Amino acid sequence: MQMSLLIDAGKCTGCVQCELACSLENEGIFNPAKSRIRIFTFHYEGRFVPYTCTQCAEAWCMQACPVDAIAYDAATGAKVILEAACVGCKVCTIACPFGTVNYNSDTGKVIKCDLCGGDPECAKACPTEAITYVDADQTGYERMRAWAVKTDAGSTAIA
Amino acid sequence: MSWTGNILRVNLTKGTCKAETLNNDWAQDYLGQRGLATKYLVEEVDAKVDALAPENKMIMATGPLTGTMASTGGRYSVITKSPLTNCVACSNSGGFIGAEIKNAGWDMIIFEGKSKKPVYLYLVNDKAELLPADDIWGTTVWHTDEWLHKQHQDPMLRIAAVGRSAEAGCLYAAIVNDMHRAAGRSGVGTVMASKNLKAIAVRGTKGIGNIKDPARFMAAVNAGKKVLADNAVTSQGLPTYGTQVLMNVINEMGALPANNMQDVQFEGAQNVSGEAMHEPRKSDGKPNLTTNAGCFGCTIACGRISTIDKGHFSVENKPEYWGNSGGLEYEAAWALGPDTGVDDIDALTYANFLCNEDGFDPISFGSTLAAAMELFGMGVITTKETNGMELKFGSADALVWAVEKMTTGEGFGKDLGLGSKRLCEKYGHPELSMTVKGQEFPAYDPRGIQGMGLAYATSNRGACHLRGYTVASEVLGIPEKTDPLVTEGKAGLVKAFQDATAAVDSSGLCLFTTFAWSLEDIAPQVDAACEGDWSAERLAEAGERIWNMERDFNLRAGLTGADDTLPKRLLKDAAKTGPAKGRVNDLDKMLPEYYEQRGWSNDGVPTPATRQRLGLA
Repeated sequence: MQMSLLIDAGKCTGCVQCELACSLENEGIFNPAKSRIRIFTFHYEGRFVPYTCTQCAEAWCMQACPVDAIAYDAATGAKVILEAACVGCKVCTIACPFGTVNYNSDTGKVIKCDLCGGDPECAKACPTEAITYVDADQTGYERMRAWAVKTDAGSTAIA
Repeated sequence: MSWTGNILRVNLTKGTCKAETLNNDWAQDYLGQRGLATKYLVEEVDAKVDALAPENKMIMATGPLTGTMASTGGRYSVITKSPLTNCVACSNSGGFIGAEIKNAGWDMIIFEGKSKKPVYLYLVNDKAELLPADDIWGTTVWHTDEWLHKQHQDPMLRIAAVGRSAEAGCLYAAIVNDMHRAAGRSGVGTVMASKNLKAIAVRGTKGIGNIKDPARFMAAVNAGKKVLADNAVTSQGLPTYGTQVLMNVINEMGALPANNMQDVQFEGAQNVSGEAMHEPRKSDGKPNLTTNAGCFGCTIACGRISTIDKGHFSVENKPEYWGNSGGLEYEAAWALGPDTGVDDIDALTYANFLCNEDGFDPISFGSTLAAAMELFGMGVITTKETNGMELKFGSADALVWAVEKMTTGEGFGKDLGLGSKRLCEKYGHPELSMTVKGQEFPAYDPRGIQGMGLAYATSNRGACHLRGYTVASEVLGIPEKTDPLVTEGKAGLVKAFQDATAAVDSSGLCLFTTFAWSLEDIAPQVDAACEGDWSAERLAEAGERIWNMERDFNLRAGLTGADDTLPKRLLKDAAKTGPAKGRVNDLDKMLPEYYEQRGWSNDGVPTPATRQRLGLA
């Protein structure tokens, strides 16, 4: 079964535990500036929004890469940077419509979420389940259930 | 390690920024943040210095766990000599800038001297510059925050700034970071403004990688996070209601000071409680509280993000206040509400927004206003001083008027900026000032919670709940329940809380973890991260050393044991209602035993043997 990160911004408190966990896994140090997942704070609106790569099926970053340095991991569905092959041309950072591929000037390579090989650290670190790792074909399940329970038939069920 | 080993020394007189190596021997004795920065202060600054003179220094310090994944590991403290109390000032804040300073590669920043012209510190990793602040001097914290982000075209800058109140000389001005977190107490912002330092803007991208034993550290961090997640206070009470969970609880036990501490219960408490913040309002169906929020790395997330009712008189035609910002925490809600007799939650939230926007301590402000209201009731302060405003207890109009005067320190705002002690002295009634060592009380009446009386009287920064929070034991039963109306055993309790708190405040962690954690939960995290063997016992001993060091500074500054007291009202006027009815605070039954347990003389001076034992000789 393929899995997917599911983000529910309404549960996020902006604590950046995910950014810390991501940087520890990928850089070996605590460094939110190098995290592949980012929390955006919208102060006036009172909202915190975690955002990272959605692992597009036909990934523009992968198609744009001139040196085949972005590979498809069939086990996880992740598009993974092959560091040895990456030449740091940054074309993928332009191709990505969502901005989730970024250049790391310390290494001269690009970085993006690779789902930690199928065990994403951000989801494990999140204290509020704002970030979960679920069945990729059923990412709408909980939201459907939440609406289902509001129907007449579901109204007696325990939410 | 876990310390970066680097100190940034900013000399504002000369306009220089220089890197120094951290004194590792001191770090082993004083850990970091509160303890370590106080060590630097007492070594470098004469305790008798005028707090607002260039000779005073101001230190922004992180702890060894600041910036790590340890839950709540994002704290920093500001250490200086206080213009409000003439004691050591040490104000702790969360938000994100503490971790940003650490990520930029610095354990602490020492500011010394005084700039000729307004400046701000722009710090990106190793690059530190003092830049002109002429365009932001005279503007609010919120404006300064926006201006600096635009000026540097960097949305990821973290900002700490002082507002107009600090520039106007308010003696309890705060340093506000990340828009609504604050090093709030004792006038640390006043000191910053006195140096013509408007703000610091920081970006750190280096990260923190020098953990002593990373695998063991993450095991300890995860164990600690689980304890917080399994504890009802830290996993439910605080995220849901914030510290405001206490408003109704403290009122019911007759320990909610009201009307400048004339009363111990407040009829309108429910209207300004954590529960009330969840109630949908009539106008737009939305509650005051939008969401809870976490500071850097915090898995508790007690922070309040709130809105004011757009139709409320305080914000009519002021759309700039219609959005979300930091909402009411318990101490602020109490000072702005019950202590002034106001139970209008929108007026309180507006006042709280302005405290953040222009950087002043809501506890000291609310308490000072309460004293002014009592003086107004007595006819000592009249409409002549207030330009016609009826400064009456319970008046939301008066609260809103006063907080607006405070922002710029104009008119009666100048008087309010003096703080309760100086204001009451000015009007000839020093007995009406509800302060210890010149600092205003927070939200627990020591007639109803006896241990807090001793904690207030002996606090090294004047009246304060965050130096020895015996409320945890006396009200919440943490770590074990003690009777709030009994004095027996409270001396030892206060000492234990004071020492443990000094250690937590020196680690980079938040004190609120101790609703669930003891030093036994914290020690493994510190030990796995830092050089040296850090046990719970060693942390408590470091805390005791820090406490005595702070005490010594205050004694050298001219304070004596006679200053370890409470206002007469709390010692002589009995509680009128509630479970503590008929009680005063029995400080005299606790203080001598406290001195004895501290290893101090009868007049409150650490004995040579005590100094020797703690390595302070």
